[in-house]
Amino acid sequence: MSKDYPVFTEEMKKTHTILLPMMLPIHFTLLRKILEQSGYRAEVLTNDGPNIIEEGLRYVHNDTCYPALLVIGQFIDALKSGKYDPDKTALMITQTGGGCRASNYIFLLRKALKRSGFSQVPVISLNAQKLDDSPGFKITISLGLKFVYAVLAGDFLMHISNQCRPYEVEKGATDRLVQTWINHLITAWDGKKMIGLRHLKSSFKKMLSDFDSIPKTGEKKPRVGIVGEIYVKYAPMGNNHLEEFLLSEGVEVVLFGLLDFCQYCLSNESVDRKLYGGKFKSSLLSKIGYRVILSLQRMMNRLITRHGVFWAPNDFNKTRKLAERYIGRGVKMGEGWLLTVEMAELIEKGVNNVICTQPFGCLPNHIAGKGMMNTIKAHHPEANLVAIDYDSGASIVNQQNRIKLMLANIKRTEEMTVSKETEKVISTKGLSM
Amino acid sequence: MSLSLGIDVGSTTVKVVLMAEQNIIFSHYERHFSQVREKTAELIRMAKEHIGTRPFTVAVTGSAGYGLAMAADIPFVQEVYATGGAVQTLLHNIDVVIELGGEDAKILFLTGGQEERMNGSCAGGTGAFIDQMAVLMDVTVDELDELSLQAEKLYPIASHCGVFAKTDIQPLLNQNAKKSDIAASIYQAVVDQTIIGLAQGRRIAGRVAFLGGPLHFAEGLRRRFKETLALSDENAVFPENCQFFVGAGAALYAVENGEPICFDDLIKQVEEAKAETSDLHILEPLFLNEEEYTAFKERHAKATVEVVNPEDYTGDAYVGVDCGSTTIKIILIGDENQILYQYYGPNNGNPLDLVRYHLSEITKLCADRISIRGSATTGYGEELIKKAFHFDEGIVETLAHYRATRYFLPQVDFILDIGGQDIKCMKIKNNSIDSIMLNEACSSGCGSFLETFARSLGYSAEEFAHIGLYAKRPVDLGSRCTVFMNSSIKQAQKDGAGVDDISAGLCISVVKNAVYKVIRARDIQELGQHIVVQGGTFYNDAVLRSFERELGHNVVRPSIAGLMGAFGAALYAKECAKEKSSMLSGEELANFTFETKEVHCGLCLNRCHLTVNIFPDGGRYLSGNKCERPNQKTDGAEVPNVYEYKRNKLASLQSKPGKRGTIGIPFGLNLYETLPFWHAFLTELGYEVVLSEPSSPKLYRAGRYSIPSDTVCYPAKLMHGHIESLLDKGVTTIFYPCMTYNFNEEKGDNHFNCPVVAYYPELLRANVERLASVRFLYPYVGLHRPKDFTKRIYEYFHKVDDSITKQEIKKSTQKAYLAYEQFMQDVKAEGKRVLAYAKEHGQEVIVLAGRPYHIDSEINHGIDRLITSLGVAVVSEDSICDLTEPPKVQVLNQWTYHARLYSAAAYCARHEAYLVQLVSFGCGIDAITTDEVRDILESHGQLYTQVKIDDIHNLGAVRIRIRSLLGAVKERREK
Repeated sequence: MSKDYPVFTEEMKKTHTILLPMMLPIHFTLLRKILEQSGYRAEVLTNDGPNIIEEGLRYVHNDTCYPALLVIGQFIDALKSGKYDPDKTALMITQTGGGCRASNYIFLLRKALKRSGFSQVPVISLNAQKLDDSPGFKITISLGLKFVYAVLAGDFLMHISNQCRPYEVEKGATDRLVQTWINHLITAWDGKKMIGLRHLKSSFKKMLSDFDSIPKTGEKKPRVGIVGEIYVKYAPMGNNHLEEFLLSEGVEVVLFGLLDFCQYCLSNESVDRKLYGGKFKSSLLSKIGYRVILSLQRMMNRLITRHGVFWAPNDFNKTRKLAERYIGRGVKMGEGWLLTVEMAELIEKGVNNVICTQPFGCLPNHIAGKGMMNTIKAHHPEANLVAIDYDSGASIVNQQNRIKLMLANIKRTEEMTVSKETEKVISTKGLSM
Repeated sequence: MSLSLGIDVGSTTVKVVLMAEQNIIFSHYERHFSQVREKTAELIRMAKEHIGTRPFTVAVTGSAGYGLAMAADIPFVQEVYATGGAVQTLLHNIDVVIELGGEDAKILFLTGGQEERMNGSCAGGTGAFIDQMAVLMDVTVDELDELSLQAEKLYPIASHCGVFAKTDIQPLLNQNAKKSDIAASIYQAVVDQTIIGLAQGRRIAGRVAFLGGPLHFAEGLRRRFKETLALSDENAVFPENCQFFVGAGAALYAVENGEPICFDDLIKQVEEAKAETSDLHILEPLFLNEEEYTAFKERHAKATVEVVNPEDYTGDAYVGVDCGSTTIKIILIGDENQILYQYYGPNNGNPLDLVRYHLSEITKLCADRISIRGSATTGYGEELIKKAFHFDEGIVETLAHYRATRYFLPQVDFILDIGGQDIKCMKIKNNSIDSIMLNEACSSGCGSFLETFARSLGYSAEEFAHIGLYAKRPVDLGSRCTVFMNSSIKQAQKDGAGVDDISAGLCISVVKNAVYKVIRARDIQELGQHIVVQGGTFYNDAVLRSFERELGHNVVRPSIAGLMGAFGAALYAKECAKEKSSMLSGEELANFTFETKEVHCGLCLNRCHLTVNIFPDGGRYLSGNKCERPNQKTDGAEVPNVYEYKRNKLASLQSKPGKRGTIGIPFGLNLYETLPFWHAFLTELGYEVVLSEPSSPKLYRAGRYSIPSDTVCYPAKLMHGHIESLLDKGVTTIFYPCMTYNFNEEKGDNHFNCPVVAYYPELLRANVERLASVRFLYPYVGLHRPKDFTKRIYEYFHKVDDSITKQEIKKSTQKAYLAYEQFMQDVKAEGKRVLAYAKEHGQEVIVLAGRPYHIDSEINHGIDRLITSLGVAVVSEDSICDLTEPPKVQVLNQWTYHARLYSAAAYCARHEAYLVQLVSFGCGIDAITTDEVRDILESHGQLYTQVKIDDIHNLGAVRIRIRSLLGAVKERREK
C-alpha cells in the first residue's frame, strides 16, 4: 500500500520535536526524558480545557470514543497554538492492535491532520505489533529496555505514592518526592546504554524508605479502586480529574500499573494461538517479553513486601489465573478480560469499592465492564461498584453524584461487615415495627 | 423533641422538610427556576413559625444541592442514600424503592443484597421526559394523566431515550391515534425504561415503594407500574408524601451527622453562600449592544417575499401545504409568487381539522376573483393531506425546500433547515441536490427542545430567545443530544449561570449540534458561499446569530424561514398548474368530516396496527403501516429483494430429530450468517437444531430484564430475548460460540468481528441466570483456519459428548464449510440476478448496506420492504461486495463485515446503484465506517444516505429520506 501521509524520517530526528499526549503524568515524564537521552526532542502535552474537546469534535466523528476525541483534540489544539512549528513537529501515539476501534486512532489522527491543514506532520506509532513504521524512530534493545524500566518505575512510584498522598501531614510532600525521584532516575540513566537491574533494585529500596519517612497522619481512609478503559482510567483530562476528586473526598485511590496492560497484551498472543492455532514462533517473542516483565514485577513486589509498610499488587501470573472464575481469556479486545479481573483483584485485595470508568458507548466495556458486574457481585456480595461514563457532553455533576453514592455506600458496607453478627440477632427477633 | 430540617435541591425544584423525631411537621416545595439560593432561603423562611428559636440540625441533598451545601457549609448527603434512610424509617417491610425525579431515576433494592442504581447519562424516562411529551401533545401534565386513564391500548414507544420516544409519538399524533392511548403509551415507556435501564438484570419483586414527583402526581403512571410489575394492592406502596422522602432522608441524616444551628444563622449561611469558583466555559456575547442587533436585523430584513392582501388581488393562485411533524404551514401564492395567505402554527396533534379550517378560509378569500389552479403538499403528512383534500400534487420535502430557497438565492449551494424535530442539510451542485444530511434520531429535537426548555423555565419561546440576545456570559453547554444538554444546564445552574446566559448558550448549542453533528463541517469553504438557513428555529435571532458566528460569514434567512416547505410546494403547484385544481371546493370543505378506525393489517406477518382515516367521499388513508403495501395497488411486477431472499433461505433450513438430542441456537447477531455453517455441522453430528423464535418486540421484552448495558446496540439486546425463547422451549443445550475472528475474505488488513458480536455469549452467560440451569456451550472458535478449527472443535465436542469421534467431526466440519460456501454463493448469485433484473425492467437499485443481522425485520423494521414498495429493488452489501476490488481506505480496515461495506460503497460509486447505510444506534464501529463510506461515495459524486435504527418503530423519517434520495436521483437523471 503506498503511503499518502508523511513518515518520520531519519533526518527528522534532528529537526523535529515529538509531541506526546498526556496520559499518566509520572510515566510519560519518564518516557519523554528517555527519548531525549536517545537523541530525540520530545515534549509531553499539558494543554487542557474546553478547546481540546472543541477541536476534537471538529475533526473526529463525535460518536468515536472519547479518548480518541481528546487525544486528537489535544494534538490539534497544540499545533494550532502556534507554540510548535508544524514543519518541525511530529506526533507520537501508543497503539494497540485488535478488534477494538482503538486500533484506528492513528488513522483517525492522520485524517484529522489532513483536514486541519497539518498534513505535513508525521505520526509515529508506538506499538508492539508493527502496525506502522517510522524509519526515523527505531526502538533499539537499549531503548526498549529503558522504556520497560521507565514503565516499571512509573508503576512503582504511582503505587507507593498513592498509598502516601492521602495521609501526608504536609500537603504536596508526596508529589515533591515523586518529582525528586523522577529526576534522580533520569540523571542516573543518562548516557548509559544499559541500566543494570541492581541499580533499579537499590533505587526502589531507597524509594521505599523515602516514601515511608514522609510524615503521615496515621488515620485510616477507605480505599477506592479505579479500573476501566486505559485512557479514561489514567488520564486526568479523560476522567475529569477523578483522582483529585477522590482525594478531596477523603479516599485512598488504588490504581493498577501500566505494565499489567502490557502483560495482558503479551499473554493474549499465546491465548490466541491456543484457541485458534498459529505459528509458535510468532507467539515466542511475546512469551519472552512476558517472562522478562513478570520477573521485574516480581522483583518489585518482593521489595515492597519485604519492606513491610506498603502493600504490593499481585504479579501477573496470579492476575491471569483469576480470570478463570469470571470471564474467558479469549475476550481480548480493548481492555478485555483484564478489566473484569482488575475489579475482582481489587476486591480480593480488600478494596471493595471500585469505579469502572469508560468512554460513553465503549464496545469492549459493554462485555467486560458493565457486562461482568453481576458476576463480580455474585462472587462478592460486599462489592461496591459503580460504572461511570465519560463523554464530551457528560456533566461532572452527574458523575460526581454517582460517585458520591458509591462513597456513601462505603460506610454501609463497612457497617455491614462489622454488624454481620448482630444481624442474626435482629432477624430472629423479627421486624415488629 | 429534636428538630431537623432537610433541604432537597433537585434539577427543577427545591423541597424543604422539617421533622420532629420521625414525623414530618412541615414540608413545602417550589420550582427554583435556576435561582437555587434565593428559592432555598425563601422556603426555609416558610418553616420559621414551626421552628421558632429552637436549635435544629440541617442537611442538604439532591442532584443540584452539592454546590449549595459546599458554599453554605451545610452537611451534604447523596440523595439515593437519603431516600434509603427515609424509607427504612418511615415505611416498613419494603423490598424495592423506585424513585423518579425531574431528571434522575433511581431504584433501590433493600432486601436480598442492598443495592442502588441511578439512570446513566443516556436515559430519558424521567419527569423531564414526561413534561416534554406533554408539551408535544399540547396538554398539561395533569391532562396527560387524565387522558392516560381512558386508554384502551398501548403503542410500542422506544423507551431508552427521550428523543427516540418522540420520534415514535409524533407520527402517532399525526395519524390521529387516540390521545388517551398515546398518553398511556408514554407512561409505559417510562416504566419500560425503569425496568431495563435501572433494574439491569435484577427482578423487581416483593413490596415496592414508589417515590418522587412524577409518581406522586400521575395516577396513570402508577397504574402502569403496578400492571407491568404485576403487583398486588398490598405490594404496591404509594406513600402519600412521597415527593418529600428525599428531603426527609436528609433531615434524618442531619440528626446523626449535623451540628445544631439556629434559624437566623442558617438563613445567613444560605444567603451569603457565594457561587463557587465556576468551571463554566464562557462564550462571547451574541450582541454587545442594541446597535449591533439593529444592523443585524436590517440586513436580514432584505430577504423577503412580497405580501399582498388577497382582497386586492385578482387572478390565478396556488396552494402549498407543509404538514410537518409538529407544525402546519400553509401558503397561497399568486402569479408573481407574491404571498396572498400564510399560516404557521403547531398542528396540536390534529392536522386535518387545522388544514380544513385554513383551506376554507382561503376559498372564502378567493371568492370569484381568485382561481386556484394548483395545489401541492409536502412533509410527514403529505399523503394524508393529499388524500383528504384531493390535492393535485405531492412533493418530497427536501425538493420542496430546494425550490423555495432557489427563489431567494438562485445560486444557493447550501441549505440548512432546523425545524422542530429535525435538522436537514442539503448541498446543491449543478442545480441539483448533491447530498442530503438529516440528523440521526439521537441528536434531534433541537427546535422543540428550546421551546420545551423555555416553557419549563416559565417563558414563551420568543421571550426566552430574546433574553439571550444580550447575555453577557453565554455558557458553553456542549453539542450533544438533549438529554446531555439537560445535565449541562443543571451544571451551569449549579455554577450560578443566569437564565440569559443559559438561553444564549442553548442557542449556540443548537447551532453547534447542526454544524458538528449533522453537517460535520471541518471547513467552512466546504459548505459553499451561498447559504440559506430556514426552518422555524431560525426565526430565533440568537440561533441565527450563533450560526453566522460559527460559520464566520453571513447567510440568508428568508423572511418566511418557517414557511419554506409550503412555499416550495406552492411553487411546485404552480409549475404543474392545471386549468383548475382538484382541491376540495369551499362547500366540500365546509362539509368535510372524517372518522378514524383501528385495524390490523393482514398483508404480511408484521400485522401492523393501522389507523384508517375515512373521508366523506369514501376515500381512506391508512397510517401506522411499516410499508406502502396497504396504501398501494400492486401492479404485478416483481420488485426483487435480496433481504427477503436471504431471510427465506435461512428459514428453509430444515432440522430433523437426531441421535444426540436437540441443541438450541439463538437466532441473532452473526448467526444470521453462520447459521448455515452451524446448522450443517450440528445436524451432521446428529443433533436436532432448534432455533429461537423470530425477533419481535415481545421477544425483546421477555429478555430485556437481563441487559446490563443500556447503550449497547439493539441487535445485541435482542439476544437476551432469543436466549429466553430457547429456555422457554425447554431446550437443555444451547450453542452460541464466541468468535474473535470472522472469515477472512481478504478485503482488508484483518478480519475481526466487533467486540459485541465477538463476545456477547460471555455477557449472556454472566447475566442470564437461567442459563446456569442448562448446558450453555460457548466455545471460542476460529472458522478462518479450517484445519485448526477441526482439531479444536473436536477437543471441545469430545468433552461435551465423548461418543463423538474425530471422523464424525471431520465429516461435519467439511459439510459445514460447504454449506456456508453454498449459502454465500447463492446470496451473491441472487445479488447479480437482481442487478440484471432491475436493469432489464428499468427499476432503480438500492444497496441496503449493513451487517448480516440487519436483514432481521425486527432490527430493520421493514425498511427493505418499504423500499421495494416504492418500486425499487433491494440488494444487500454481502451480495455485491465481490463485484469490485476492495477500495483503498484511510482507516484500518480490520472487520470482515465492515470491509464488505467499503466494497459495496466502491461498487455504488461506479454503478447506477444507490447505497443506504443502516447503522444501529450505539454501534461504535460505524462511527468510523460512516465517514469512510461517505468519502468513497462522494469522491465519485454519488449520494450517501444513512439511516440510524434502534428499537424505534416508526419509519416516517426513513420514508422521507429514501424518497428524497429517489427524488434527487430522478432530478439528476433528468438533467
